[in-house]
Amino acid sequence: MKQVYASMLWACAIIWTLSAQAEDASAIHTLAASCAACHGPNGNSLGGTPTLAALNQDYFVQRMQGFKDGSVSSTVMHHHAKGLTSAEITALASYFAQQPRQTPQALPHQSFQGAQ
Amino acid sequence: MTHDSILASQPHTPSRRQFMRSVIYGGLAFYGLPAFARASKPPLGHVVIVGAGFAGLTAAKYLRAWSMGNLKVTIIEPNPQFISCPQSNLVLGGSRTLDQLSFGYDLSRKQHGLHWVKDSVTSVDLANKQVQLTRGNLSYDRLILAPGVDFNVSKIPGMPAPVADIPHAWKAGKQTLQLRQQLESMPDGGVFVMTIPTGAYRCPPGPYERACQVAHYFKQHKPRSKVLILDANADITSKKGLFLQSFNGTYQGIIEYHNNSEILQLDTTSKTIKTDFETVKADVLNVIPPQLAGKVAQVAGLNNVDGRWCEVDFVTYASSLQPDVHIIGDSISAGLPKSAHMATSQAKVCAAAIIDLQMGNAPNPLPVFANTCYSFVDDQQAMHVANVYRYDPAKKSMVSAEGGGVSAKASTQEGQYAQAWAENIWADTLT
Ligand SMILES: Cc1cc2nc3c(=O)[nH]c(=O)nc-3n(C[C@H](O)[C@H](O)[C@H](O)COP(=O)(O)OP(=O)(O)OC[C@H]3O[C@@H](n4cnc5c(N)ncnc54)[C@H](O)[C@@H]3O)c2cc1C
Repeated sequence: MKQVYASMLWACAIIWTLSAQAEDASAIHTLAASCAACHGPNGNSLGGTPTLAALNQDYFVQRMQGFKDGSVSSTVMHHHAKGLTSAEITALASYFAQQPRQTPQALPHQSFQGAQ
Repeated sequence: MTHDSILASQPHTPSRRQFMRSVIYGGLAFYGLPAFARASKPPLGHVVIVGAGFAGLTAAKYLRAWSMGNLKVTIIEPNPQFISCPQSNLVLGGSRTLDQLSFGYDLSRKQHGLHWVKDSVTSVDLANKQVQLTRGNLSYDRLILAPGVDFNVSKIPGMPAPVADIPHAWKAGKQTLQLRQQLESMPDGGVFVMTIPTGAYRCPPGPYERACQVAHYFKQHKPRSKVLILDANADITSKKGLFLQSFNGTYQGIIEYHNNSEILQLDTTSKTIKTDFETVKADVLNVIPPQLAGKVAQVAGLNNVDGRWCEVDFVTYASSLQPDVHIIGDSISAGLPKSAHMATSQAKVCAAAIIDLQMGNAPNPLPVFANTCYSFVDDQQAMHVANVYRYDPAKKSMVSAEGGGVSAKASTQEGQYAQAWAENIWADTLT
């Protein structure tokens, strides 16, 4: 009987961890997606800012922690890094390290059609 | 929510009633309805999005991507193409053309498998979960309203209705070109008067950026001309120190800034404005009207904050009045700057939450996102304001985290970053 309880407890613990991980993953990919405005879809920049996709995880953490504690100077990024927790920085590093590096698609430019 | 968890989850089996309802409303009632609407019910349901601006288009893309195609997404948008408001002030300054800010919707539509209806939503039947278009109706499991802002011209004393030769150009398009043409045909020595409303409006630094862009044009081509800002607010509402550097530096003698200058009376024929302090006559007049949530949100009765903006839950972006209607972008009451970056970030949080809700999971209770907003002071130099925002459950709002802030000064390097920002946010939204 004790064993049954023990294994039920285990099962609960595993389910709990899995769903907590799923929740964390959701939180991180939503946060990571908000970086796209400057760093491109999935971290693939069209130029002018660093590509984050497939970036070395340690390098990401080192730069961001540097912006956060002021040891690495920056124009803009310290305003973001200081607002993130160390856990978020680590999770973003791991998220972007796993994104494939891709040549961004060309923008669908079109001449103005005169409406609106 | 991971992709795996979607695959592993049991698709919701629609009840017989729901099924019948979807057949009746989703298919048959909509005459001339494209074939897609009659297709079998998608596992996670049907989301209808009103408006393909920054908010709506981003929500559509991420709903499809993060649900791995298990959600059907229909966008309703009357306009044939996407025109970016960001950088539209540079068209006035002369360093961008409107063509450079105009994009097609096709790529996004095809690549994300979006159902597209080129039409306007005229009303929402909340009880029956249907939107009314000019040509029929469409049913939804969840509705996203992303209509941007509406302009309350009638609030301007002396201007009961829009006047053809006084463009606001606060939605990029024809009016942007019209205002540029007016500046081009204005004789040197003329006065450009711009008025700024009180209360929330889209893009808080936008009017001051516009003043700089017009002054940049004058400085090069019409050096005896003036820019007069009549701001109804008590002070510059965004990046104050930085804009003052430009107003009192490069544009000294060109830009004049008057605060607390609400319009008491406007004579649209002579383009004369009376305020508490003065009466001024404009050669080119740009009245930025007071703003409120897009018309469709008003018609649905969801503009419950001062009758202007929509109150939402920042975990799901569901309307506080209607849990299956989500509202994102400029239409919401958030106490946050109404910006394109904000609109896309809200869209992503909303998309993730809708997928969770449709799967029967609890959405991430503590959303976090970033906002960066650049303003150009001439054709090369820009400056930023950047913040991380996180949800505060006690305050029930998105609160800016420690460490955010603005540039030390406008620079060419930031001008390059601002261009990169534009290209990357366009790519994120439109590809
Ligand atoms: C001059 C100017 C400069 C700006 N500069 C910047 C900047 O540099 N950076 C920045 O981040 N932001 C900037 N902004 C702000 C930014 O443009 C807005 O915050 C952003 O467009 C909001 O996105 P949205 O999707 O809420 O609204 P919109 O982009 O306006 O999209 C709304 C869409 O909904 C459609 N729609 C409306 N009603 C209906 C209906 N009933 N049925 C169907 N479709 C409907 C409209 O046609 C439109 O396509 C600027 C704005 C202006 C005016």
